Amino acid sequence: MAASMIGSKVERKEDKKFLTGKGRYTADITLANQTFAYFIRSPHARAKIKNIDTSKAKKASGVIDVLTAKELNEDKIGGLIAGWKIVSKDGTDMKIPPHPALASDSVNYVGDHVALVVAETLQQARDAAELVKVDYKVLKAVVNTGDAMNSESIHDGIDKNLSFDWELGDKAKTDEAFASADKIVKMTLTNNRLVPNAMEPRASIGDFNPSSEELTLYTTSQNPHLSRLVMSAFNAIHPEHKFRIVAPDVGGGFGSKIYPYAEDVVVAWAAKRLQRPVKWVCERTDSFLSDCHGRDHITNCELAIKNDGTVTGLKVDTIANLGGYASLFATVTPTYLYGPLVLGLYNIASAYCNVKAVYTNTAPVDAYRGAGRPEATYMIERLMDKAAKEMGMDRAEFRKKNFIRQFPHQQCLVHNIDSGDYEAHFNRALELSDYSNFEKRKAESAAKGKLRGIGFSTYIEACGIAPSAAVMSLGAGVGLWESAEIRFNATGNISVMTGTHSHGQSHDTTFAQIVADKLGVPMENIDLVHGDTDKGPFGMGTYGSRSLAVGGTAIAKACDKIVEKGKKVAAHMLEANPDEIEFKDGEFIVPNSNKKKTIGEIAFACYLPGTYGEIKSPLPEGVEPGLKETAFYDPVNFSFPAGSHVCEVEVDPTTGETKVDTYTCVDDFGNLINPMIVEGQIHGGLAQGIGQALYENAYYDETGQLVTASYMDYTMPRADNFPEFRIDYTCTPATSNPLGVKGCGEAGAIASPPAVMNAVIDAIGTEVSMPATSEKVWKALKDKSDTKKKAA
Amino acid sequence: MKAFNFHEVKSVKEATKLASNKSTFLAGGMTLIPSMKMRLSSFSDVIDIKEIKELYGIKVKGKSVIIGANTKHADVAASKEVRKAVHSLAGLAEGIGDPQVRNCGTLGGSISNNDPTACYPSACIALDATIHTSSRKVEAEKFFTGMFETSLKKGELVTAVEFQIPEKSCYIKFPNPASRYAMVGVYIAKFKKEVRCAVTGAQSVVYRCKEIEKALNNNFSESALDSVSLKSSNLNSDIHASAEYRASLIVSCAQKAVAGSK
Repeated sequence: MAASMIGSKVERKEDKKFLTGKGRYTADITLANQTFAYFIRSPHARAKIKNIDTSKAKKASGVIDVLTAKELNEDKIGGLIAGWKIVSKDGTDMKIPPHPALASDSVNYVGDHVALVVAETLQQARDAAELVKVDYKVLKAVVNTGDAMNSESIHDGIDKNLSFDWELGDKAKTDEAFASADKIVKMTLTNNRLVPNAMEPRASIGDFNPSSEELTLYTTSQNPHLSRLVMSAFNAIHPEHKFRIVAPDVGGGFGSKIYPYAEDVVVAWAAKRLQRPVKWVCERTDSFLSDCHGRDHITNCELAIKNDGTVTGLKVDTIANLGGYASLFATVTPTYLYGPLVLGLYNIASAYCNVKAVYTNTAPVDAYRGAGRPEATYMIERLMDKAAKEMGMDRAEFRKKNFIRQFPHQQCLVHNIDSGDYEAHFNRALELSDYSNFEKRKAESAAKGKLRGIGFSTYIEACGIAPSAAVMSLGAGVGLWESAEIRFNATGNISVMTGTHSHGQSHDTTFAQIVADKLGVPMENIDLVHGDTDKGPFGMGTYGSRSLAVGGTAIAKACDKIVEKGKKVAAHMLEANPDEIEFKDGEFIVPNSNKKKTIGEIAFACYLPGTYGEIKSPLPEGVEPGLKETAFYDPVNFSFPAGSHVCEVEVDPTTGETKVDTYTCVDDFGNLINPMIVEGQIHGGLAQGIGQALYENAYYDETGQLVTASYMDYTMPRADNFPEFRIDYTCTPATSNPLGVKGCGEAGAIASPPAVMNAVIDAIGTEVSMPATSEKVWKALKDKSDTKKKAA
Repeated sequence: MKAFNFHEVKSVKEATKLASNKSTFLAGGMTLIPSMKMRLSSFSDVIDIKEIKELYGIKVKGKSVIIGANTKHADVAASKEVRKAVHSLAGLAEGIGDPQVRNCGTLGGSISNNDPTACYPSACIALDATIHTSSRKVEAEKFFTGMFETSLKKGELVTAVEFQIPEKSCYIKFPNPASRYAMVGVYIAKFKKEVRCAVTGAQSVVYRCKEIEKALNNNFSESALDSVSLKSSNLNSDIHASAEYRASLIVSCAQKAVAGSK
């Protein structure tokens, strides 16, 4: 074998098919006798349904059926669930309203699912949808996160629209730190609501086979096994062993495709009920309206600081918007994925975090790239910046002074951080961003009439979710281990089954690199199989930067088992002791001899255990034929990627336009398997994070209409909004998994919003909220100058 | 999209003959097709005029540039004749949409649709254009009548636009960050006799900004606009830009346009 595959910039195996238009997505699948579905959605943010009249639509040309909650109830199909139980500080369980897959008596956001029209063609389904008459009694919508608790309850029995009032940390100890602080710095922050905007809109095709009684759902999912479990156990659509979910190529998810949606449930059920394949493909506007959104927090936070700059306490008080219903991971996102991370990279002795989660008449909010961690990072990094300024300290030095320096480090809240070297990546980021010459560049900008600012952000993530015992004790409805199966074929090539799912993460390449290194087999002989519940073992899917740390480790462990068995067989064939056999670069070797067998020969022998020369069978007594191993891996701890980002912006004061001039990031992701793929993940994350800081905002008007429901109004960042990114790494391997990897998928989106915002605020010398659009920046500058004029 | 009859025609005569109250002409389709797909509009007949050869072409004649209605934005942007005669007009075309839009969208389609945030209407006003239609010639200022409204009668088809060549000119667009249409677009053209300033994106329809014209007629310089402060009461306000912000942008775009005039 040549050099190690792990750590090299191997070209992506999946590029050829995607770049030549050969990707096969759900919408590309056409089944014989297929019908087309169109969802009728609520045009109102909040209304009672008085009546649904489907009689005219049912008679329309080509219509097979029009389905509503009535039919769902006939077939006893269950509603959507919230999968993580949160307990309020008073000991009561979170309050979860019913979330029927088709609205029965009320609708709670614009886009809420009301009825399904199934017809021979999509055109006919759409035409018939116009004939369905829904009689609504429109009610006043509750829209704003901040107002929800003071508004009328939108769900019966959920007082103040409050799902839970959760706390984390030692309040008394934190109060003490604030009582003895030399300085207290406070601020209020809004974390803007985002639409995930995966390139491929969601789609589902249900297909029932009346002969085998097997139900298949092709769908855009990040974790088909979990979807099948939920849809079998809770929605009662079909028994798990007769239910197959296939997630073929999926064009991006960012969290929004983790959960089985109402559309998946309804389409699968409709196919079974109507005994014909039912195909539904989401249109972009429906995607804006009904994909789970991200973020949407309002936070009051404060730091207790000593005169020497030591931060001694942190208080965080957050209102998190859940939207109209509680989606699958909606309750864990603003709690356990957020609260434990509020400390950032800092050694803060006391902290207290309170989160109130509220219902509003907006689309459900759930995990979106980073899920909780971007909100935590935005809070602490904006607050640290403000504190440094108020303390009169250099923002870089203030951060460094408070970094954690000893590892492992038990934080005062939850996490025990195994490894890191925060000063190393921070110093490298200062060097790479040429911080020492910033004032010179600022003067150059000023000469052109521009305002230049620099912003820092450091972050820590908890990735590799997660130790099952730990998360289940915190309310998770499932363990978060991962599985893998290595099938060595007789001809020497390998099928690798994983329970994770690749929808842009390049698992085909990264995982093949691990197997190639572990087993000494060329990359082209390794095929990754994922996304089909009939093919691979049960797995928990892809999200939270977990696939490599958890799924990759499962693969590595399965490879170890292959080698273990291979050693027994090789030893028998080479007439040696299994303990003395060494395995290296695909060969089983008896040391100090010329006796060896390649792994291909061993695989062949395992499948064709005939006579080999003198040996009657290559298999020692008690060893079964075949070469296939399965491994399940439950991590011992989260992994903790961290890093330092530096952003420089230039603002045109006449128009308020902000240009990101340079962006530097130095990340510690532990060991890297493929640095090129990691770089791609960073780029994508930065695009989303810079997008949140400067452009993106899901805006509902006071009646609950989503004003930004298309690309005409929702500002997606584009390539010309970004500079070349300056990227470097430091490395402290994770100790919680044998690969030493930490996860890189979300870092860019987590770190960049505060880096950009700190830079904008540094440039203009006054506060502005996300997204810092040109108008907001212009207005902030104008208000600042008006105030000055008034004072003078 | 709802079902319709599709006609492909080869001449203006054929096109106007087929037109009815329920028909539409299809040029580049950059606005029409999305709006039909979203069921915001539907027609019994769609008359495709893309094959009408007489509607293509660019001619410089004396003091004017005549551009056929079917000429695509990309062709205007790439035209050496246009760039030589009216540099800013090629620049405007170059800045519309993205490469796909510029290779499909047409001049005639753009001005007939008269989107209040489109770029071309400002060129027609600033460059004192005459709109040639299947039945007459109309001054640009009488052509654009309101939001998505023009003085075109049913079945009347724009055939060409005749732009006057100024001494110097420049178009500056401040794009809407999401759609990249003009949130404010200012076209300044200096003729021997007068300076014309057309503004798009700021009201329901393109208009001439008299305050800016007055200041520049006195003194064609950036500093002449330093003291201009526009009223915001008659300007558009939306989630991307308040009227007050638009008023400020018009002046800053105008200053950049004066500075960039050639």
